[in-house]
Amino acid sequence: MAAAFATQSRTLISRAQLSRRSGRRVYWVSLCAVVLLFTLVFLFPLYWMITGGFKPTSELVRNPPSFVPTHPQLAPYRTAWDELHMGRLLLNTLIYAGGALALQLTFCVAAAYSLSKLRPVLGNLILGMMLATMMIPAAILIIPQYLTVLDLPLVHWNLVNTPWVIWLPSVANAFNIFLLKRFFDSIPEDILAAAAIDGASSLRTLRSIVLPMSRPILGVVSIFTVIAVWKDFLWPLLTLTDPGRMTLNVGVNSAAANMQENVLIAGLAMASLPTIGFFLLFQRNIMSGLTSGAMKG
Amino acid sequence: MAIVISPGRTKTTAPARRQQARFLREINRNARAHGFLIGSVLCFALFTWYPMIREVIESFQRLHLGNTTFSGLRNYRQITADPFFWQAWRNTLQFTGLALLFGFALPFVVAVVINEFRHAQAYLRILVYLPVMLPPVAGILLFRNYFMDPTNAGLLNQLLHAVHLPTSQWWGAAPSAMPSLVIISTWTNMGSAVLIYLAALQGIPGELYEAAEIDGAGLLKRVWHVTIPQTRTILSLLLMLQIVATMQMFTESFVTTGGGPESSTVTIVYLAYNYAFQFSNFNTAEALGVIMFIVLGVFSVLYVWLERRGNEA
Repeated sequence: MAAAFATQSRTLISRAQLSRRSGRRVYWVSLCAVVLLFTLVFLFPLYWMITGGFKPTSELVRNPPSFVPTHPQLAPYRTAWDELHMGRLLLNTLIYAGGALALQLTFCVAAAYSLSKLRPVLGNLILGMMLATMMIPAAILIIPQYLTVLDLPLVHWNLVNTPWVIWLPSVANAFNIFLLKRFFDSIPEDILAAAAIDGASSLRTLRSIVLPMSRPILGVVSIFTVIAVWKDFLWPLLTLTDPGRMTLNVGVNSAAANMQENVLIAGLAMASLPTIGFFLLFQRNIMSGLTSGAMKG
Repeated sequence: MAIVISPGRTKTTAPARRQQARFLREINRNARAHGFLIGSVLCFALFTWYPMIREVIESFQRLHLGNTTFSGLRNYRQITADPFFWQAWRNTLQFTGLALLFGFALPFVVAVVINEFRHAQAYLRILVYLPVMLPPVAGILLFRNYFMDPTNAGLLNQLLHAVHLPTSQWWGAAPSAMPSLVIISTWTNMGSAVLIYLAALQGIPGELYEAAEIDGAGLLKRVWHVTIPQTRTILSLLLMLQIVATMQMFTESFVTTGGGPESSTVTIVYLAYNYAFQFSNFNTAEALGVIMFIVLGVFSVLYVWLERRGNEA
């Protein structure tokens, strides 16, 4: 345990102070208090949500509360799965997120590569116009965007209630293009020149040299994309109104008012489990990716 | 003759031909580069640039009996005459202010505390970040229906009752509705801020604390004179981002209260949503968008200006 104190560089409180007997006591007491408090504040609601789905409504709203289901039952979960059409909602959201990811990786990577390495005429102007959109808060553009997808200019397609309404606008993501371009900028020009001398086309260079070197940033961008689609609410609320095409968020919200308390909480638990599981599996990558992306951005 | 001329001719045409080849190569290179760009440029054009222009133009227009006509500032006058407009600003600013108090200061304190521990750091970090991963509607409904239920069956009310504190109506009554939404939003969102602060804190060199301690600085003095100045850039950046984000609050209100009680949780974005989808008045909604853009724009400029002055001083 003494080693644990010694290995890290010092922070606010010095090592000497911590290894004193009184210091150590304060340290352990406050550590236990904080761990307890955090568990209560952040984990208990999730515990309540997951176990709530195993209780009948009378037990769920009982006063004083019952912390462990007395007669655990699966019925609320089964009812919630059917009433919410949970399979449909999960599949929809997965399709929207997957498609957005594929399109974004294709088009944002291509654009960032072009702006970083091919540098066409007017490239800087285009980059500037893209980055300028980061200054505009998303909610402000929602109404004209909605009017635009109702009747796309020139081609007059109506994208509402099709997956394209999520996929295509997600490509217009200045932050991801910025992250990718900055990463590509750091790849030495010499390597690409060598590839060109060997006769590689730009596409070939991108595929065989740039992309394999860019795995970390591609991971960050993918995580951002999937989380953004998974968490979005207002845009799918407006554009995916057909119950068979709703996202998880919108579908759960629209059904919530007419559900029994214990069925609803089972539904909330099921809606949350995929992302919680995903997070626990990849938490190291997700957390380091988020901070590195945000810090350098 | 021909023999004499031909070297002269090659002398004049070879650079020209080379120039032509270079020109063709340039065109070819640019065409390829723009080919890589075209997909995302089209998406930006359709879904960001065009709507931006459209919003400004249509905010000065009106749809009357199927005809679009120029109407000058009528939409803007209609908005400023609407009592809900001022109420929505008050509500939004209340949310932003409270969210800063909790959502801005709290994550920093949490990050500083977590950073002091040599044990369980990973566990604490995962805990704080877990709610961020929930679908927002799931987190909001969990609080709305089970923890903040306005009756005495709500878990938080049971807790308050058990420790003999007055219970609250939470989102069920106008005075406590917005603060309840702030609590929900802080619970669900603070994880990402905590992670960013932690990363910033880990970059502070230990010698600075050492030096401050030798100079006799106590714990709070060290926070004030070392921790905060060292993380100033990231603190002010997040402050700015958070203000812009909270001014756009919609989901919490929409899912929890539907704007009620007594319109106490109607925000600016919510009002724009109502103009557009309750009253089918898209032009007014767009004018409101322009107003909001100007307010946030002025605010951003102010921020950049203050930031620059702070750096010079």
